[in-house]
Amino acid sequence: MSALLAVIRRDLLLVMRRKSEVLTILFFFVIVTSLFPLGIGADTALLRKIAPGVIWVTALLSTMLGLQRLFASDFADGTLEQMALSPTPLTLLVGGKIAAHWLVCGLPLVLLAPVIGLQFDLDASTLGTFILALLIGTPILSLIGAIGAALTLGVRGGGVLLSLLVLPLYIPVLIFGAGAVYAQSVGLDVGGHFSVLAALLVLALFFAPWATTAAVRIAIE
Amino acid sequence: MTAYFSDFDNLPLNQSTLRASALTCVRGERTLFTDLDLQVSAGEWLHIRGENGIGKTSLLRLLAGLTAPAAGSISWNDQSIVADASEYHRNLLFLGHRDSLKEDLTAFENLSIVTALDGVTVSEDEILFALHRFGLRGREDLPVNCLSAGQKRRVLLARLLLRKAKLWILDEPFNALDVRAVEMLSELIGEHIAAGGMAIMTSHQEIPMPNGRVVQL
Repeated sequence: MSALLAVIRRDLLLVMRRKSEVLTILFFFVIVTSLFPLGIGADTALLRKIAPGVIWVTALLSTMLGLQRLFASDFADGTLEQMALSPTPLTLLVGGKIAAHWLVCGLPLVLLAPVIGLQFDLDASTLGTFILALLIGTPILSLIGAIGAALTLGVRGGGVLLSLLVLPLYIPVLIFGAGAVYAQSVGLDVGGHFSVLAALLVLALFFAPWATTAAVRIAIE
Repeated sequence: MTAYFSDFDNLPLNQSTLRASALTCVRGERTLFTDLDLQVSAGEWLHIRGENGIGKTSLLRLLAGLTAPAAGSISWNDQSIVADASEYHRNLLFLGHRDSLKEDLTAFENLSIVTALDGVTVSEDEILFALHRFGLRGREDLPVNCLSAGQKRRVLLARLLLRKAKLWILDEPFNALDVRAVEMLSELIGEHIAAGGMAIMTSHQEIPMPNGRVVQL
């Protein structure tokens, strides 16, 4: 357990030492979502309608940006090998790295969402649903993305391949995440959407660390 | 140079044995070696020699359990290292030729993370002591990217002091070290062997130490 915490702490410390990488991701999220209201103009009805889709798609893309650096540097400098040789199960350490990725690339998006939502003229209850949906959805993005990041380790042009591999797998999260927000904004029941999102999270929590570990082991062979 | 090996846990030391039998290593299309047998027991060390590209590093990675052999088996105390990986890894310290140091973190932070990964609890003083012993006094709080290649190597070697592993697998441990550090490291390995540890090393230099055997690939 202490090894798991050490991995999370280490990854956060590394991010703090090199803030620009993470800030780039956050600025990307803010800027891209701000471009839509600017481009579309003050048609608030339309903005409210497209908000869930636009913000979710941007969240998917922002998370993707951070995925490339999830394992790459640890792979290059041999840290992944040392992790594989640790008495602590590799799955646990990989889980720690995924958790750190979410804390850095997922959680800030959740916290920024209310500010972004204001630009789209979302009301308070819709914003609340949005935050909750992102809170459940972004960990799924980190978990699924980690599998892709591990599979593309050491592959030339891995970045593009990673997007092709991971984005299709993000579709269910996008559909139910954006669906929940839309349903709330038009006054429909959101329970179903959240149930599916939560089920996806449980599935991802169960399978993704295991699949990622298998991919990491293949990469270091 | 006193007894920091005193508390090897569990197993009686003199029973530990690493045995590899009929190992075959294939990388890509090439067969590097076939039918290799080797054994190292407590208080012994092996020096793996051979020309560049002959498969020394591949052999060490096989022995560490990082890659699986194409044929043959490796056992630690008569248990396959695959079957009981976590027990084996508790007893193993592997230093490859990649440094596994984080350039943005300080030497101290690097070591404290590595020891946490190794599953050992050490105090700050022990980490500082290890760094000081390897001549890094005053460099503890510098990011590793400010250190020279030899100093980085010394940070890695400081880990040997902190981790009470019985088997050391060291890939070219003397690389980039100055004369003084080479002496210190030989001394350290000597102590480790004398205290009943074991080591497997590759090196292009002669290593004058007792109880060693040379495996020529």
